[in-house]
Amino acid sequence: MPRIGTVRPRQPADVHVAGLGKQYPTRSGGTVAAMADVDLDVPAGEFVCVVGASGCGKSTLLRILAGFEDATSGTVAVAGAPVTGPDPERGVVFQDYGLFPWLSVRENIAYGPRQARLQRSVVAERTDRFLAAVGLTRFADKYPSELSGGMQQRVAIARVLANDPSLLLMDEPFGALDALTRSSLQGELSRIHRETGTTVLFVTHSIEEAVFLADRVVVMAGGASHGVPGHVKEVVRIDLAGERDVTSAEFNALKRRISALVHEEVAAPAA
Amino acid sequence: MTSTEATPAAPATAAVPARAAQAAAPDDAPTAAAAPRTGRPGRPARRGPRVGPLLLALPVPALVLVLWTVGVQQAWELPFGIKMGFLPTPLEVGRRLVDLAVGGIVDDAFSGTLLAHLWASTQRVLAGFALAVALAVPLGVVMGRFSLAFRMLEPTVNLARPIPVTAWAPLTLLIIGYGDGSAIFLVFLAAFFPVLLNTIAGVRQVPVRLLEAAAMLGTKKAQVLYKVVLPASMRSIASGLRVALGLAWVILVVGETVGINTGLGAMITQARDQSKTDLIVAGMVVIGLCGFVADRLLTGLLALATRGRPTLT
Repeated sequence: MPRIGTVRPRQPADVHVAGLGKQYPTRSGGTVAAMADVDLDVPAGEFVCVVGASGCGKSTLLRILAGFEDATSGTVAVAGAPVTGPDPERGVVFQDYGLFPWLSVRENIAYGPRQARLQRSVVAERTDRFLAAVGLTRFADKYPSELSGGMQQRVAIARVLANDPSLLLMDEPFGALDALTRSSLQGELSRIHRETGTTVLFVTHSIEEAVFLADRVVVMAGGASHGVPGHVKEVVRIDLAGERDVTSAEFNALKRRISALVHEEVAAPAA
Repeated sequence: MTSTEATPAAPATAAVPARAAQAAAPDDAPTAAAAPRTGRPGRPARRGPRVGPLLLALPVPALVLVLWTVGVQQAWELPFGIKMGFLPTPLEVGRRLVDLAVGGIVDDAFSGTLLAHLWASTQRVLAGFALAVALAVPLGVVMGRFSLAFRMLEPTVNLARPIPVTAWAPLTLLIIGYGDGSAIFLVFLAAFFPVLLNTIAGVRQVPVRLLEAAAMLGTKKAQVLYKVVLPASMRSIASGLRVALGLAWVILVVGETVGINTGLGAMITQARDQSKTDLIVAGMVVIGLCGFVADRLLTGLLALATRGRPTLT
């Protein structure tokens, strides 16, 4: 892994989630359990995808890990330290990008390193490197509103990577993109993960996306509207080496199996 | 017969080149898109001869001036009981304006005093406006950002706001006294609420997503206001400033009515006392121009401050 300027790169973090629960107050004064007893351990450097139907609590899990929301019960630790709030060590990529519209592409990417008060030369070096990593060097001086959705999401990814996070949290990042852009960004993300070795927790609706990207796929089920709090139903290991062929039999067998889990058709033969 | 057959044929052949031109357009489109965005590709050509904007804008004011002149000469009576015979002609107003600026035409107490009046009024507007901005922007940010402050202050603000500034004027004269202080205070009051309300509105509609993004990128809490909240609410604050500056010039005339000798409002008041209608209208023209120039300056200043960056849409 290349050294980042004069600053030592962070080690990828492991994630430890135990007995996690989240309750929301209801209008009638009671509470509703969105999520209960979620256990999840992610070793450092692993790429984990979380799939599940709407309302199963997968985004809530990610937002608690990001520090945007507090858990009602249970513990959440990243790299051994409890999560108490947002931190640049835990970079978040949103579905709607969340770029600063008044900053150029370059300034958006330089934002984190500048906030960290890194040397000017280090900021410039990192910005240039991640501009190149997502192929946006030519668009460095454009504003987000001048870019397509796919390009904006590339900026959002570069902006987070420039902070050298130990954990990358991605909340349906490609959900708003067209299929072609989506698959090319999946390829890029896969490559970036191989190069940086960062731990990734990736929430998605798309089972194919999960099987393509993940080392392990966490299937969540339930949710407030099902009367059962959201929980982890099963964790599926994806043992596909190297570049994944979405047309291969193994790939599609995994896809079918996870799809069955998501759609509650558990009776389907697994393995 | 031949003529009836020929007639439908003619438009058909005429239509062919047009359709061909349309078909050619998509082929050109990619190059147009790849080229730097200067012109407006894909816009149909403007129909008819191009008329200069000045040429379009001039006839209406010219007509107004002509009607005004004729109306004064014929002593027209208009609705509302307007007796045009009492009005000065545009020419008289023009003479008075020139005399106000450089003197040497009318030769009375007002000759050549324009700059002094202008300067005195500008100072009062700037002082009152600056004070309003300095207080209303921070207060608006606090009220927009912290719901406790909002719930504590919003009812009071909205109770005080509907009181017209003109209604404050008599009280102001009694509790502050004649002079600069009253005028500046009235300008301040007039400018305060538009800036405050627009700042609150702008700050409240900053997307939560941007605040989350700022937090996870390591923005310190104290910097969030400056780094995210202010730029994200800039458009709304700017429109508040423009409304406020316009009102500041409006209220200036009221503020300068009593106990002030120098200032455009004072000048108009003195002109009324001496029944100098040409001077009154000249004063009105100058104040209107001041408001216009001030707005242009403010817009330019804001553009400079944001360095032409896009704002939140």
